[in-house]
Amino acid sequence: MAWTREQMAARAALELRDGFYVNLGIGIPTLVANYIPDGMSVTLQSENGMLGMGPFPYEGEEDADLINAGKQTITELDSSSYFSSADSFAMIRGGHIALSILGGMQVSGKGDLANWMVPGKVVKGMGGAMDLVAGVKRVVVVMDHVEKSGAPKLLTACTLPLTGARVVDLLITDLGVFDINRGKSPLTLTALADGVTLDEIAAKTEARFEVAL
Amino acid sequence: MADKTQKSAVDALAGRLFDGMTIMAGGFGLCGIPENLIAAIRESGTKGLTVVSNNCGVDGFGLGVLLESGQIKKMISSYVGENKLFEKLYLSGELELEFNPQGTLAERIRAGGAGIPAFFTKTGVGTLVAEGKEVREFDGEMYVMERGLVADLAIVKAWKGDAEGNLVYRKTARNFNPMMATAGKTTVVEVEQLVPVGRLDKDNIHTPGIYVDAIVAGAKYEKRIERVTTRPREEKASA
Repeated sequence: MAWTREQMAARAALELRDGFYVNLGIGIPTLVANYIPDGMSVTLQSENGMLGMGPFPYEGEEDADLINAGKQTITELDSSSYFSSADSFAMIRGGHIALSILGGMQVSGKGDLANWMVPGKVVKGMGGAMDLVAGVKRVVVVMDHVEKSGAPKLLTACTLPLTGARVVDLLITDLGVFDINRGKSPLTLTALADGVTLDEIAAKTEARFEVAL
Repeated sequence: MADKTQKSAVDALAGRLFDGMTIMAGGFGLCGIPENLIAAIRESGTKGLTVVSNNCGVDGFGLGVLLESGQIKKMISSYVGENKLFEKLYLSGELELEFNPQGTLAERIRAGGAGIPAFFTKTGVGTLVAEGKEVREFDGEMYVMERGLVADLAIVKAWKGDAEGNLVYRKTARNFNPMMATAGKTTVVEVEQLVPVGRLDKDNIHTPGIYVDAIVAGAKYEKRIERVTTRPREEKASA
């Protein structure tokens, strides 16, 4: 059985450390906030201009002036601070954020990431993703292992326009976990989802990888 | 002290609009957008606009209304995912689009306002964003040169302001507004609360009045929320 979205988020949460300032992307990465271990202090950054994101507000208490980077209504904590988007990206670009967890369309065995457009089809834009992968100390990508069509997404080289070259440290898919280390060491499978076999993951992966389970 | 107050958004923009101009518009998504000034630009019919803004509103609200009216020729943005008309106009070639990474966009505007013509950043190296730009090595890492950005006009939304143009933003509605206030050849601001001079805490002014040419109390604020997300009241655990 492949991992569910929740299980992938829980696996990604194992990358958190006490005292970390962390940026979580949209989608599965957002769910990681639900798996911060009790007693661990993790401060969530929202790149539009906030440190210390709180939970969603109670119904009726939404504030149009208080949203996260996914444009969702959120709340503040006693420790929160607000700043401009220029200050926010100075934090990101300047290497002050410990960990970025974000989604992906394609990842290469060398650590390239593509997650912002499909030419001629999907025009979304990179938002803050290019800045995050360029500036954050450790970059974790969480994505499905294959396309809906079954085509592999962990490739020898990305075919979509890149978000960043040699930027991914760790890849978590619904089938397993890969150490990528920004291409500085060979792509290595380090964990398999429950019930997933080596044969299955090999058949669904284009990039060559080593195994260290 | 100059009194920069204007009676209406239309008055505040009078004589400052012309076809083919570049306008910076504050806001992130629908948060912290100059609703009243956008409406006044819509009313003016000024066209051929190049608009610098992180997003382009949504269908039917925010900058989306200037797309519908066909007044925008080109957008400089980082993300357009919430706007179907935007995507359609771009894919059909009716709208020009320059994608900038969000942090690069923010810094280009900050640099423009600060008189810095260019800077180097790691963001975008090895991607489409770096094509045609100077890439240089510093301390063993590669960086791409990005240009400072200025506009003919910046339209800015603040929470509180005074006649001098001193501004205070509220929560995440600050976003791109402070940098844009510095990077417009002319800067026009709308506020929810226009307060008497002396009322704002001088140690906590986010944008000093020097950057502001005109200020108006917005006639009305819809402050639409793009994605209302809530948690049930019973659940006290952190969501």
